[in-house]
Amino acid sequence: MNLVSTTMNKLLFAIFLGALALFAGGDALAQAASATDAAPAATTATAAPPTAAPGAAVAAVAAAAASAPVPNKGDVAWMLVCTALVIMMSIPALALFYGGLVRSKNMLSVLMQVFVTFSMIVVLWCLYGYSLAFTEGNKFFGGFSRAFMDGMFNAKDGSFSMAATFSKGVVLPELLYLAFQATFAAITCCLIVGAFAERMKFSAVLVFMALWFTFAYCPIAHMVWYWPGPDEFKSAATAAETAARGGMIWQWGALDFAGGTVVHINAAVAGLVGAYLVGKRVGYGREAFTPHSLTLTMVGAALLWVGWFGFNAGSALEAGNSAVLAFINTFSATAAAVLAWCLGESLLKGKASMLGAASGAVAGLVAITPACGNVGLLGALVVGFVAGLACLWGVTGLKRLLGADDSLDVFGVHGVGGITGALLTGVFNTQLLGGPGQVTDWVTGAVGSAAIIDQVWIQLKAVLVTIVWSGVVAFVAYKLVDMTIGLRVSEEDEREGLDITSHGETAYHN
Amino acid sequence: MKMVTAIVKPFKLDEVREALSTIGVQGVTVTEVKGFGRQKGHTELYRGAEYVVDFLPKVKIEAAVDDAIVERVIEAIEAAARTGKIGDGKVFVSSLEQVVRIRTGETGKEAL
Repeated sequence: MNLVSTTMNKLLFAIFLGALALFAGGDALAQAASATDAAPAATTATAAPPTAAPGAAVAAVAAAAASAPVPNKGDVAWMLVCTALVIMMSIPALALFYGGLVRSKNMLSVLMQVFVTFSMIVVLWCLYGYSLAFTEGNKFFGGFSRAFMDGMFNAKDGSFSMAATFSKGVVLPELLYLAFQATFAAITCCLIVGAFAERMKFSAVLVFMALWFTFAYCPIAHMVWYWPGPDEFKSAATAAETAARGGMIWQWGALDFAGGTVVHINAAVAGLVGAYLVGKRVGYGREAFTPHSLTLTMVGAALLWVGWFGFNAGSALEAGNSAVLAFINTFSATAAAVLAWCLGESLLKGKASMLGAASGAVAGLVAITPACGNVGLLGALVVGFVAGLACLWGVTGLKRLLGADDSLDVFGVHGVGGITGALLTGVFNTQLLGGPGQVTDWVTGAVGSAAIIDQVWIQLKAVLVTIVWSGVVAFVAYKLVDMTIGLRVSEEDEREGLDITSHGETAYHN
Repeated sequence: MKMVTAIVKPFKLDEVREALSTIGVQGVTVTEVKGFGRQKGHTELYRGAEYVVDFLPKVKIEAAVDDAIVERVIEAIEAAARTGKIGDGKVFVSSLEQVVRIRTGETGKEAL
């Protein structure tokens, strides 16, 4: 037994290093080398390598140091708080929300899978993920100019590189942007845990996460969110050229304020594929899998709601009007979704449940995520209400149709909610329906509205690309893990519970 | 001596205890138990999954009593635990061969 697990650990480590080397490989080493080379001479113009233009990083500390924009302290303070709030969404909020839903013998395994996935993704994000997602590369992937956080902090003169926001001349320290985005990458991976909870090997979870994060999260984030930043749009003549440096889905004009595609649909599809490939839990459909603590689930859902203000309003990247719009929409849409779910349950099943209310809150939060800064006030209420009902169907009717044991309904809530939100963002963005519209010309900053049908079509394309990309990567990643270390624990271990068999401890002592 | 074992609804425990004290029962043992009888379980619904809960929570009260008061004990439990609805529980009476008070070594009736 010990031998087996040692071999497994070695294998795990080797795969992990392999994946790292594959991606960080050449470029990262080159970066490290050039950084060392440059160090002695680099007194004035260190900072960003010429090709950097990172995560929409403007100018950095380089050349025009005199005219370089200085971050606003209010913006920095706001984004620091938001980043911490989003950390809270994963640990403990999501961990508790999920943990309460499993049987008590698997409580710690869920907490551990979320906790350690979170930690691992944060490290991978610092090593290469951020660079892969938020530096200039091609339409699908970024480059390695920020691998190992290169060029973001200059210890010699204490300077920090800057990242662009959505306003001309407004910047944030790029490391803060990296940290904020790290929390997104981490929670996205943690969300997947819910789909295969209560039966997957801990080592298999981590290897899968590393693979999926690298090949699905980073490119989708790049496609949807990477763009050169508003300051790079200097004249109408070069605007098209500048825009062409952005990610593919961003170039299409898809609206995803805080991660409907990147976070929720992405994770949900990976989860659903996992539920199929890992297989059903032993006893599924025959034994009662009752949640062991809906109290903790409620605590988790409520903490998620609070943390989500950092997630959504923080995605404005500034402490300004856009953040306020995202904030109130996150507030109201979620409340509407709770009411919708409870109403739906009362009408269909006769009783409104605590689990329903908590699920409704998460459904509303998911759906308003892409929409929060992109729709109007009444639009947000509609998004929330529709999402509440849609996700109720997602965890009942749709779940029966799909036939997978998606343990904690990752697809039913995050997939259905994410798709609902992404499409309705296309509907309610227009100023005709009280939405804020969108910037149609980044050179002048002019705002206008696209025709609803056009915008919905763009949103749908973004959703479809995410589904296919995430699904294919997830499928391959699960298969690789299955062939090397195996996806599932033994049936005996599963019956005894993963807390004891995977982690050697027990959640509750009576 | 008799051992009286009563299975009652959990919320009736305090009333039963008071009734037993009143008629001079010196001590009882209480256990939280689950089981089924004619009262059927209920269904619980968690999102799409519906589960039938067969075993309902009850309280088991055990009292070792003298033959002289056994009828009054049974009546007291009946009166205190009755709601008239299905699921009120049962009283079992069995004979008890020996009782020992550990502290003093007393046996039989003296130990009750």
